[in-house]
Amino acid sequence: MARIDLQGLRHSYLPNPAKDADYALKQVDLVWDDGGAYALLGPSGCGKTTLLNIISGLLAPSEGSILFDGVEVKDKSPEERQIAQVFQFPVVYDTMTVYDNLAFPLRNRGVPENQVDARVREIAEMTDLTAMLKNKAAGLTADGKQKISLGRGLVREDVNVIMFDEPLTVIDPHLKWQLRSKLKELHQRVRITMIYVTHDQTEALTFADKVVVMHEGWVVQQGTPVELFERPRHTFVGHFIGSPGMNLMPCDLTDGGALVGGKRIDIAQAVTEPKAGARLELGVRPEFVTFVESGSDGALPVDVVGVRDTGRNKIVETDFSGHRVRALVPEGMPVPEGRTGIRFDPSHTQIYADSWIVE
Amino acid sequence: MSSKRAANFKWLVPFVYILFLMLPIYWLLNMSFKTTNEILGTFSLFPREFTLDNYKAIFTDPTWYGGYINSLIYVCINTVISVSVALPAAYAFSRYRFLGDKHLFFWLLTNRMAPAAVFALPFFQLYSAMNLFDTHIAVALAHCLFNVPLAVWILEGFMSGVPKELDETAYIDGYPFWKFFTKIFLPTIAAGIGVAAFFCFMFSWVELLLAKTLTSVEAKPIAAVMTRTASSSGYELGLLAAAGTLTMIPGAIVIFFVRNYIAKGFALGRV
Amino acid sequence: MSTKTTNQKAWLLVAPVVILVAFNAIIPLMTVVNYSVQETFGDNLFFFEGMKWFEEVLASERFHDSLLRQLKFTFIILAIEVPLGVAISLAMPRKGFWASVCLVLMAMPLLIPWNVVGAMWNIFALPDIGLLGKTLNSMGFDYNFTRQPFAAWATLIAMDVWHWTSLVVLLSYAGLSSIPDAYYQAARIDGASSWAVFRYIQLPKLKHVLTIAVLLRFMDSFNIYTEPFVLTGGGPGNTTTLLSLDLVKIALGQFDLGPAAAMSLIYFLIILLFSWIFYTVMTRGEQN
Repeated sequence: MARIDLQGLRHSYLPNPAKDADYALKQVDLVWDDGGAYALLGPSGCGKTTLLNIISGLLAPSEGSILFDGVEVKDKSPEERQIAQVFQFPVVYDTMTVYDNLAFPLRNRGVPENQVDARVREIAEMTDLTAMLKNKAAGLTADGKQKISLGRGLVREDVNVIMFDEPLTVIDPHLKWQLRSKLKELHQRVRITMIYVTHDQTEALTFADKVVVMHEGWVVQQGTPVELFERPRHTFVGHFIGSPGMNLMPCDLTDGGALVGGKRIDIAQAVTEPKAGARLELGVRPEFVTFVESGSDGALPVDVVGVRDTGRNKIVETDFSGHRVRALVPEGMPVPEGRTGIRFDPSHTQIYADSWIVE
Repeated sequence: MSSKRAANFKWLVPFVYILFLMLPIYWLLNMSFKTTNEILGTFSLFPREFTLDNYKAIFTDPTWYGGYINSLIYVCINTVISVSVALPAAYAFSRYRFLGDKHLFFWLLTNRMAPAAVFALPFFQLYSAMNLFDTHIAVALAHCLFNVPLAVWILEGFMSGVPKELDETAYIDGYPFWKFFTKIFLPTIAAGIGVAAFFCFMFSWVELLLAKTLTSVEAKPIAAVMTRTASSSGYELGLLAAAGTLTMIPGAIVIFFVRNYIAKGFALGRV
Repeated sequence: MSTKTTNQKAWLLVAPVVILVAFNAIIPLMTVVNYSVQETFGDNLFFFEGMKWFEEVLASERFHDSLLRQLKFTFIILAIEVPLGVAISLAMPRKGFWASVCLVLMAMPLLIPWNVVGAMWNIFALPDIGLLGKTLNSMGFDYNFTRQPFAAWATLIAMDVWHWTSLVVLLSYAGLSSIPDAYYQAARIDGASSWAVFRYIQLPKLKHVLTIAVLLRFMDSFNIYTEPFVLTGGGPGNTTTLLSLDLVKIALGQFDLGPAAAMSLIYFLIILLFSWIFYTVMTRGEQN
């Protein structure tokens, strides 16, 4: 178990990087506490696999430090860092049995055979592989093989952190849910730091205590799923998390609030003066947009242009002075039509300058 | 870290091996630039009297340069024939089950494995009887015995890697078979065609026994010209060396053109 | 790929190949079978002799000798070329500029006409004017491959290793290239030694490609003719007269049609047997 500190991490795959665009990782400063379940969430190409490989030691960063429990590990090999990694597609040793696969990391380190046996059986029981221990690993299904990969990661007792690089990619959809729950259950039991890389927000939000959202080589926000939802610190987070994503519209700042299309919108939290010339946007999630009487105090006039039924609720699309604003109406409630009014919840309305939150 | 230290010397293995490969070639080149007198008289790592006479002799003597041309002609004919007939056959093996298909495939492969020596005399008689003795087409056809099975085997491997859905989609889209085959399917296995053509070219270019048996003057390949020189005029080593060196050039050119596909292609689509 | 449809019309597609190969294979073989059971006294007079030639060949010491020589040759070069080829491919960089350079240079010997290979080694190994010959002799060895059986064999084997090892290298290199990086990464994380990586990751992947390599090398070395013919002519005496050389001597040199034909058929049957064994092993491997 270890606490992991990443300081000033930057990485480029080019030999002579000159500008920011040459860097796959532009600036990463993160702290991961001992024993937590974390997710690294972001679209393809955002740098999460790069970051994962830097932590595991398969890649050496261009700049920055990595500390395990305060000790610099940048020059240490993966074996020396005591990490485990589960890859996107199952990596099993086809010629060995399931038992031998699980025993492999322990035998390589010279662990006595009776200890190996006890540990392998323990892990097999945890990952539901006990019935297949004698089978050749090559004969298992994809999810079985991923369980073996997972088991090989857990079998060593001195593991600092287990990293998962989109491990459910090749798993059938109906088995994905099963494996996800199994991973969560394992984490409760074993309490090792786990870092789960994915581009699927459902996987991230259900597995992790804290989620790190990445975008184009930047860490744009780190927080609990609730924090990411309630207060996105970057427009990307607002757009990527939640379905549908956050509403965004250009705005101007005014006394204690914002101006959109000439209308004033209240904002609960005070905002500092943003940089001159920055592009200002206002963001509010559809969950925090409510319909009110047209013309009532603080109501913003809108025209309803479309309704989509998602089953659990209805997404109502409105036109607000040329901007599209979506609102959610729970199942069973009446859906307004034509010209009506909406109101943004002031405590869940944010201002963004050049995509970053202003506060 | 012992594995790191070992890794530092790993490059020695291919290096030494390549050195070993280059030695006889270098020696041949060395000889080709020497006069016969110098070769027999002194021993030197580099020509003391550098001469281009051997090469001049080859380029001016029709028997010599004709040999190269003849070889190139029948090799090209053979490659074209072999690959052309192999394509539909490989497609059949890859996509269909039919009566005797497994046995047919095996029979084809056995021909690739056949000893050329067994066919030397029979071919001589067969092609003479057909009035094809001493023609390029004779050698080209004779080499088909080995090259066609090889081409079928290679192409079938590549074709099996293309999902049948491609064929079915084209069929649903209304493509007639030959249009689908030429416009859609062939480009997909272009690498396989290249590999098959490469192997056919290679085998036909290097084979001597049948090429010599089936020719005498008109279609005499360079290999036969060289062996005639070696036995009759005694030690014309410089000339021989020059001739040999020149035969390496088409091979070198072909390798250069397929260098990017060598690693991938050698899997013959079956890895 | 079990999604093949049954369609007898496929024979139309296969017909050109069958005709071409059958023309080259069946007609000559019929001739050979014909000769193998007949006796001729010249003037195109043939008399049926049954199994006489087959018995004669199978009993002949000359045939036993050349067959034994051939088996010895084939097994020696297999024992050298396959491990050597695999070892070299393991030591090569897995990708990049130098990998391409290595592959191109290694492929050179494969594209040299076989008689040039023989001639090249002949010149290379000549005792007083060849680089190898002269060097060995000046180092104190008494080396003359034209006169000494052992030297002739050693040179023959060295030449074949020089000529064909690259084929094994290229095939196993292709096999190794298909292993995804993640396997090596996982092995590092699992703390596996280089030997374990070879045994559990690389070797299983190489099995299939190696079967092809062994098959090709076995067959081609069993059938070899040109290179030894140009290098030693089968000598000194008949110490390097391998099976094909012997057959050609009898068929084209002595024009002993009957024995040559019988020997051809026996030779061919031996090859067929080995082909069938390899083919079965390989297709069973592919099914797995």
